[in-house]
Amino acid sequence: MAWTRNVLRVNLAAGTCTTEPLNMTWAHEYLGQRGLATKYLASEIDPKVDPFSPTNKLIFVTGPLTGTMAATGGRYSVVTKGPLTGAIACSNSGGHFGAELKFAGWDMLIFEGASPKPVYLLITDGQAELLDAEPLWGKTVWETEEQIKKVHQDPQIRVAAIGRAGENRVLYAAIVNDLHRAAGRSGVGAVMGSKNLKAVAVRGTRTNAYHLADPEAFFAATEAGKKALAANGVTGHGLPAFGTQVLMNVINELGALPTRNHRDVQFEGAQAISAEAMHQKRPTDGKANLVTNGACFGCTIACGRISRMDPGHFSVKDKPSYHGASGGLEYEAAWAMGAANGVSDLEALTYANFLCNEDGFDPISFGATVGAAMELYDLGVLTKEEVGFELPFGSAAALVKLAEMTARGEGFGKEIGLGSKRLCAKHGRPDLSMTVKGQEFPAYDSRGLQGMGLAYATSNRGACHLRGYMVSPEVLGIPEKMEPQATEGKPAMLKAFQDLTAVVDSSGLCIFTTFAWGLADIQPQIQAACEGDWSGERLLLVGERIWNMERDFNLAAGLTAKDDNLPPRLLNEPARTGPQKGAVSKLGEMLPEYYRVRGWTAEGVPTAETRARLGV
Amino acid sequence: MQKSLHLDPNKCTGCLQCEMACTWENYRSFTTAKSRIKVFPFHREGRFVPYTCTQCDEAWCMIACPVDAIQRDAATGAKIVLEATCVGCKVCTIACPFGTINYVAQTGKVQKCDLCDGAPACAKACPTGAITYVDADWTGLGKMRQWAGKTDTNAATA
Repeated sequence: MAWTRNVLRVNLAAGTCTTEPLNMTWAHEYLGQRGLATKYLASEIDPKVDPFSPTNKLIFVTGPLTGTMAATGGRYSVVTKGPLTGAIACSNSGGHFGAELKFAGWDMLIFEGASPKPVYLLITDGQAELLDAEPLWGKTVWETEEQIKKVHQDPQIRVAAIGRAGENRVLYAAIVNDLHRAAGRSGVGAVMGSKNLKAVAVRGTRTNAYHLADPEAFFAATEAGKKALAANGVTGHGLPAFGTQVLMNVINELGALPTRNHRDVQFEGAQAISAEAMHQKRPTDGKANLVTNGACFGCTIACGRISRMDPGHFSVKDKPSYHGASGGLEYEAAWAMGAANGVSDLEALTYANFLCNEDGFDPISFGATVGAAMELYDLGVLTKEEVGFELPFGSAAALVKLAEMTARGEGFGKEIGLGSKRLCAKHGRPDLSMTVKGQEFPAYDSRGLQGMGLAYATSNRGACHLRGYMVSPEVLGIPEKMEPQATEGKPAMLKAFQDLTAVVDSSGLCIFTTFAWGLADIQPQIQAACEGDWSGERLLLVGERIWNMERDFNLAAGLTAKDDNLPPRLLNEPARTGPQKGAVSKLGEMLPEYYRVRGWTAEGVPTAETRARLGV
Repeated sequence: MQKSLHLDPNKCTGCLQCEMACTWENYRSFTTAKSRIKVFPFHREGRFVPYTCTQCDEAWCMIACPVDAIQRDAATGAKIVLEATCVGCKVCTIACPFGTINYVAQTGKVQKCDLCDGAPACAKACPTGAITYVDADWTGLGKMRQWAGKTDTNAATA
């Protein structure tokens, strides 16, 4: 079977590493990765725990298809109770770290307690030890990876680390692996920092760390899957050529690109920060921002951006260490640091993105929080004296300064590090925080895409585009075209997306495959890798079970139906321009129906029948 | 016709499907650490470069081997390690100027690319065409064609 069946339990307080067998009953109920780790977490911690208390746990987890030849089979997730939201946090990352963990022979690492001093975990196949990270504390992610490889004289070690953002408990600190892939959202890096755990370094060389249930069927299913990805317009051409940034101009033209803290739904500078702009030669040095595309482990799509900055740009003029190529802008980052702040300087955004990777923080929450601060400044609520410099919408200089200050916890950067909800509440304008459950929105305005509004409001980890991507039906027509402003049928479609997404997130595959793959493409790959019955019907039940388990965790943590909401701006202030002009989010038209199709009460609680049906 | 692996870094995305295919072929396991073809990321340059044995005609490894454990496959031209004969002395790993023959502690033998008996798994698995298996006499054909197009002074009027 495609699980290694090994769990490494690391007690950071005692400094011990112990091995235990994977709970295979749970593996058959929750598949792996997101579902399985959430089951462990929900069973082992009190949902009411302070996310930074040593009794919170932090789980790194792979899926059954992680480290296989299935296209995109390299994902891992980090699951914990999140400090930004107080809800379940589950952040998914690519790169090579997840596959390496699998090759070393581990499905899951469970970190408990907190270390009295900075440590990092070194895993070499079956051996694991906690090592002194005192010399690494205060270092960036990039320096940490370089140091660990140097100390152990092994360039093939894979590293997942926190930067200074995680150490300083920036509430949206990320865990970054392979230099620029990240378990990015919800502050999982801050929890890692609170445990004094600087990094996890892995070298996996085992043959047969796990077995495929049916190799012949596996190759047939995965090769068919690869053909489908190559033949699809989005995964075969759009994403490799333009990355997720392919969306910038599309969403702007649709009138759903949140701009200047959601004051507007279209950004006049969208073209300048788009995928097309990344391809254009700069007048300054004659080179394009984009160097090439790069793939995560096993990925035949290769949407990753590798960018090189203009060395003469004001942000890096005197900093040659940023003149080399590194992880470039994805759509969400370009939007959050760009349109959400009215900043149209592509090079400044690229630099800020480098800093997000280097010091480990989420560009979505960071950018959106800067947007909120800019609005507070615009309204005179925040002053130049409080900030330390001028903070008008559109200022690339201010954005760059805040990107430098936030991870280090310097000056006003400390406030930016708390996220938009706490920043706006502190300054008496909670209504200006563009968040759900305390987490900042991604790059789609729900006034223009009604289904996304419902997805945001009901996402178990706060505002998020990766829990039920209604952009697919509402913009791309996948699996069928739905009118953006329609509300009818959206709750049922969202439920289907949420449940399928939970399956994909639990398998080791990347959600981007679902532009080309449906359940019928994914199911045979899982079935061939894993022992037992993994029919499509059963997989969707697993997805629904995971969704309800997460919901139960949040309810037990103290969240209620009141938290399934959107900021008043989106419900009351109509879109001012574009095809969606005049529209507001019609959440109230969809939420009761959503609860009903979920089998929940009017208060958003799973009914006894639903629990019995799902076995939660 | 003898064929060669042809590696084009310009097309490589660093996905490592080739490394997995290689280890499946040789170990029935996806274990990139045991791959005989390796992809090297050059981070600051934004480059991914696949690299493996070029199957030298007068192979240093073959000449250096004290027990004649490396033999030439007549059909493919590959230099093959005979595991039953190899004593794991590693002299070949010192002799090879390119680093493409390596010791495997797990087996106590060395390993190198053997062209999979004329059907290289890496080339089959590569999703971008960065690894192809082409006429050994014409590995330069693609580049030649490119330059032919570039230097064709009549192209504009054709």
